[in-house]
Amino acid sequence: MSASGIAPHRGTPPVVTGIGVVAPTGIGARRHWESVLAGKSGLGRITRFDPTGYPVRVAGEVPGFDAVREVPGRLVPQTDRFTHFALAAAEAALGDSGVDPASLPEYEMAVVTASSSGGTEFGQHEMERLYRNGPSWVGAYQSIAWFYAATTGQVSIRHGMRGPCGVLCCEQAGGLDALGQARRLLRTGSRLVLTGGTDASLCPYGLVAQLASGGLSTVDDPARAYLPFDASASGFVPGEGGAFLTVESAASARERGAHRYGEILGYAAGFDPAPRTGRPPVLAAVIRRALADARIGAPEVGVVFADASGVPEQDLAEARAISEVFGAGAVPVTAPKALTGRLYAGGAALDAVTALLSLGHGVVPHTAGPGRPAPGCEIDLVLDRPRQTGPRTALVLARGYGGFTSALLLGAADTPLTPH
Amino acid sequence: MADPTSPNPVTLSTTSAFTLDDLRRILRAGAGVDEQIDLSGAIAGVPFAELGYDSLALLELTGRIEREYAIRIPDGELEHTRTPAEAVTYVNSQLSQEGI
Repeated sequence: MSASGIAPHRGTPPVVTGIGVVAPTGIGARRHWESVLAGKSGLGRITRFDPTGYPVRVAGEVPGFDAVREVPGRLVPQTDRFTHFALAAAEAALGDSGVDPASLPEYEMAVVTASSSGGTEFGQHEMERLYRNGPSWVGAYQSIAWFYAATTGQVSIRHGMRGPCGVLCCEQAGGLDALGQARRLLRTGSRLVLTGGTDASLCPYGLVAQLASGGLSTVDDPARAYLPFDASASGFVPGEGGAFLTVESAASARERGAHRYGEILGYAAGFDPAPRTGRPPVLAAVIRRALADARIGAPEVGVVFADASGVPEQDLAEARAISEVFGAGAVPVTAPKALTGRLYAGGAALDAVTALLSLGHGVVPHTAGPGRPAPGCEIDLVLDRPRQTGPRTALVLARGYGGFTSALLLGAADTPLTPH
Repeated sequence: MADPTSPNPVTLSTTSAFTLDDLRRILRAGAGVDEQIDLSGAIAGVPFAELGYDSLALLELTGRIEREYAIRIPDGELEHTRTPAEAVTYVNSQLSQEGI
């Protein structure tokens, strides 16, 4: 076993054959990518509830999501908004891949999702009924709508995927860990994994729970509230939404003649030491392990999609880790999540999709917003406009509250990299 | 599917305190309706399972009827009805027992 817990395996990397996006940058991968290239922000004053009186009033909301149109009728009242997003994104990712699940063995298809908050809004609504009216007013669907695995179960049932299903609860790193788990399953008998993450915690209960982290920005101007790596960084803006990916074994994709967005080349995860131990964060070590797992060298990485916390000391720690592994300013770094806010379990899944689109189009999207680098952040942050550099390998980083740290290496389609 | 000419709980229920339309309304609000199901059609004799409603849907139905009609439905009793017609008949029997 490697330190990542995944048995070394030198087979052909799994491939991504479908993507689906529900994000503040738009519904659908195409709209999301257009927003990213245009630097079109999805941040604004919260409209899902009246944020007056809360210290955080700016968020990234998914525009124009109509659950009645996007979600099977019975599942609208039975599931939370985070599951609504997931059902829509999963269906898009599956449709995009061209897979007809009915034509494949049901036990060889798995569903792995990431969840950070669970069905917060649904849960808040039922709790209100509990304390206002009493226990008999709590709906039966609270039992299945609130918990982290709700989405995995509903997606699995909807598409008849009965392979090994699960949910990763690793706060904002979960989106990458789900892809890592998908790869593990593809090595142990699954041929297809529908994977990704969504969160939808923009309700009073969800927001108040997030406030406890101390990382949220209280700046009221949507254009200034989330400026990762900037001298004016003030924390991050919460967002809702996420992304799904259809990931297949190379053999399965080849057999179907499927379009490929790219390959999963490497993955590693770690956990930061407890506070006040004096030991350094694990990010640099995790990046090195992901590179070793992919058997590529740092110079082969064409772009880093940063975790980009927006909390100054975390930005500094990330910049230092990137510089430590790659050299100061040696690799383009970007954070399109500045346009969406941090989507919790959906954030890293969306970053993985954005990274695949970046590889597919040969473009490094820019980070819209920041302009003046924070002291000590010696990274080549791509600002102002996209760069046409033709990256062939992307590193996606994600960190979650408490110390979750993950790194994923994605490769452009149809270009085998030279083993290091 | 239901035979619209079969014994008519529908006619019976429309003259009762709790009708098939009440059941439809509460199912729609509580458990939703799948696109391929026509809940406004002849559903009286169609098993709940064929309409896409499982035991959880019937538990939700139970809670909503209890609250709206201020009656007690003992655990499991409504969940054990198989069709909308049986459920309507059962609810009406509970309502008459409660003297409504």
